[in-house]
Amino acid sequence: MIITAVLAIALFMYSVSIFLYLYRILKGPTTSDKVVALDSIGMNLVAIVALLSMLLDTSAYLDVILLIALLAFIGTVSFAKFVEKGKVIERERDN
Amino acid sequence: MSFLHLAIFLPFFMAMLIPIFYRWTKQLHTGWIVLPIPVILFIYFLTFIPQTMDGVVTQTMPWIPSLGINFTVVVDGLSLLFALLITGIGSLVTFYSIFYLGKKKERLNNFYAFLFIFMTAMLGVVLSDNLVVLYLFWEMTSISSFLLIGYWYHRERSRYGARKSLLITVFGGLMLLGGILLLHLITGSFSLREIISEAALVQSSSLFIPAMIFILLGAFTKSAQVPFHIWLPDAMEAPTPVSAYLHSATMVKAGIYLVARFTPLFAMSGAWFWTISLVGIVTLFWGSITATKKTDLKAILAYSTISQLGLIMTLLGVGAAALHFDSWNDNIYIGAIVAAVFHLFNHATFKGSMFMMVGIVDHETGTRDIKRLGGLMQIMPITATIAFIGTFAMAGLPPFNGFLSKEMFFQSMVDVTSLNLFHAETWGVVLPVIAWVGSIFTFVYSLIIFFKTFGGKFKPHLLPKKPHEAPIGLLLPPMILSALVVITGLFPNLIAKPLLEPAVKSIMPSLYGTDYSIHISFWHGFTLALLMTAGVIILGMLLYKTANWWKPFISEKVPAFFRWGKAYDNGMYYMEQGSYRFTLWVMTGWLRTYLNYMLTAFIILMLGTIFATDALNFDLSAISRVTLMDYVLVLVMIVTLLGVVFSKSRITSIILLGAMGYTISIFFIVARAPDLALTQLVIETISVVLYLLVFYHLPQFSNIEEKPRWLSVKTFISIGVGLVVFLISLSAYDTTFYDSISQYYIDNTYTKAAGKNIVNVILVDFRGFDTLFETAVLAIASIGIFGMIKLRLARRGKNENK
Repeated sequence: MIITAVLAIALFMYSVSIFLYLYRILKGPTTSDKVVALDSIGMNLVAIVALLSMLLDTSAYLDVILLIALLAFIGTVSFAKFVEKGKVIERERDN
Repeated sequence: MSFLHLAIFLPFFMAMLIPIFYRWTKQLHTGWIVLPIPVILFIYFLTFIPQTMDGVVTQTMPWIPSLGINFTVVVDGLSLLFALLITGIGSLVTFYSIFYLGKKKERLNNFYAFLFIFMTAMLGVVLSDNLVVLYLFWEMTSISSFLLIGYWYHRERSRYGARKSLLITVFGGLMLLGGILLLHLITGSFSLREIISEAALVQSSSLFIPAMIFILLGAFTKSAQVPFHIWLPDAMEAPTPVSAYLHSATMVKAGIYLVARFTPLFAMSGAWFWTISLVGIVTLFWGSITATKKTDLKAILAYSTISQLGLIMTLLGVGAAALHFDSWNDNIYIGAIVAAVFHLFNHATFKGSMFMMVGIVDHETGTRDIKRLGGLMQIMPITATIAFIGTFAMAGLPPFNGFLSKEMFFQSMVDVTSLNLFHAETWGVVLPVIAWVGSIFTFVYSLIIFFKTFGGKFKPHLLPKKPHEAPIGLLLPPMILSALVVITGLFPNLIAKPLLEPAVKSIMPSLYGTDYSIHISFWHGFTLALLMTAGVIILGMLLYKTANWWKPFISEKVPAFFRWGKAYDNGMYYMEQGSYRFTLWVMTGWLRTYLNYMLTAFIILMLGTIFATDALNFDLSAISRVTLMDYVLVLVMIVTLLGVVFSKSRITSIILLGAMGYTISIFFIVARAPDLALTQLVIETISVVLYLLVFYHLPQFSNIEEKPRWLSVKTFISIGVGLVVFLISLSAYDTTFYDSISQYYIDNTYTKAAGKNIVNVILVDFRGFDTLFETAVLAIASIGIFGMIKLRLARRGKNENK
């Protein structure tokens, strides 16, 4: 019982933090701010999914956790490369 | 398939062979090869006379029996009269055209092929008993007439006339089809005789008047009745043999035939009586007045044909009154039917000869304009004789046959005034008066045709050619017709017994078996009709002498409303303009306009259906409990959505779309769908990357980022669509009529399919077909993308090499 309450509180806190990140995405003066906010949302999602799978008492969502972490990483790297070089995949030089 | 069917299709088969003959026999005029066909048919149809005197010949060939459509040929008096006219005048016209059309200049294969297709079509119209088959042949006459009018297709007037006649007659043809279908709805049969035998059923039906109007529209357009007469004068651009054959003797009488055929079915109604009588009499009047102001001989003859067709139509309308009386012996109204049939025959003879005469004049002098012609009597005496007989038969003078039918016409018009039906006793007096005035003008234009062409001064300097008498080949057919005019004028009872009587009997089927007989007397005593004829002659002479004084009066002061031809031209112009403008207005070329149309239609249709079927349902008893988690997620989604719609920059929208997708995947998690969540996350990431790719490649000049406008049509449409979908899903939520079938999957996933993941087992096992084709979709998409990129690169490379 107490665990449920703790999990609910934690979920709430993470949700609030997602809202704050959303504010950053909407406002954030530079693109980099938005990308970092999105990455953080990804991490929060990881936490939320973990909390949810505890709440729902299932292990079916552990894949999702891994996947979110992976995608957030790839996405952030792509964005970063895009912001820096203007393109995500460069062509080979001899082509 | 009987010999009768073969006879109908004989000209058609010949038309198919004509190109071959034309190739192989270059020295011989193609007309000689095809001439035997109509002659043989004419003789063949003559053999039917004894059988149709008091009975009918029926032959059936199944065509589409499952739909009740059989090619049934029925020969009775009326059909036979028409068949003889078609084949007889067809033979003469074929003979005439051999001398009229040059072997070297003209494309004779086309001409005779079209002409013989027309002959088959016309025979089919008059001999078919099945209405669908009749309609088929009816349209065949329209199309072959179109081809023949446009025979000299390099002339603009020919093409104009051909198109006009096709549009008007096909309009009427389609109306006729509508009438046929209505009759089929009422009686369940396509057979004309079966429908007529159920006349009482048809008359009590509520579809009686629409069926009658539709069929009459078909008849009036074909027979050039006002206001559909405008195509006939323009059809005079056809070669003269065609005008003689189609536009005076046969095709324009198809409408007459139709009216006569349907008389037993519709004649009990006053609407039929008045419609046909009035349209006919107006056509008679209008045609004869207009004919007097034309200067082209063929145009005069065209309006004269219109006027005479109106005369026959009026007679048929008045003759409908005869059906209301039981006894035949003292039934004076049957005289109108006799007059109609008689004049039908007479008109075919004298009008055919008149057209051929005009063709001769045209051929030998190079012009048809009466202002340039004159004094040809001494130069072309035989032609002048033919013209004399034709014009005075048309004007209604003794001893020609036109006199007799005109007397009978006047007599019937006078008889109408004593009819006690359909208010004829009060309004019927209109008919003889208009008929009489129309006949005066008929007399005037007949005089114009003869005396302006053959009388007066000879004007050789105005003629393109040096005129001389025509060869015997051109003269022979009109001479035969003129001889017929005189013979039937002097001895009308020669044709009364074998031809006219059976025709009258087929219009009035209850006459069969009675001892009714026609006797046309040349001299019938001093009657009112004779006085009317005398008046016509005297007033007609006066009007002809004073023509210069009153002609400008009728040709210039005609109100614009009565310029039917102009109305047609304007109608065509505005219809084309209107549809052009409408298309420009509707088809803007903007995808967003079309999207607006589609979504507006969606809103209207859906809302309409919801309210029409009273489907709105707010029963939320079965709804599941909403947790705090759901509220939070929905709130996140609303915020992101608003951000997507109102963000100033595109990149913010893209990132927010990504956030939206991730939130949805959380929704999937909360709703316990791990596979969906996984897929959603991956796909969302890829799409965001693709969006970024597209975004990056936007061209620089149109890269101005603007905020979407508030409060446009789009706002309302999007709110409406959202509302409608909301209402539909809310109403549909609680409307489950059956249990879900998912229990089966839950029970059998492991036992039958050896898997524990239900979603995956459904995807690849229970319903693997969908998966297969979704894989195919992905394959096509990727190949498509590859193709688009590669092909574009290849093209670009080639352009650079240039």
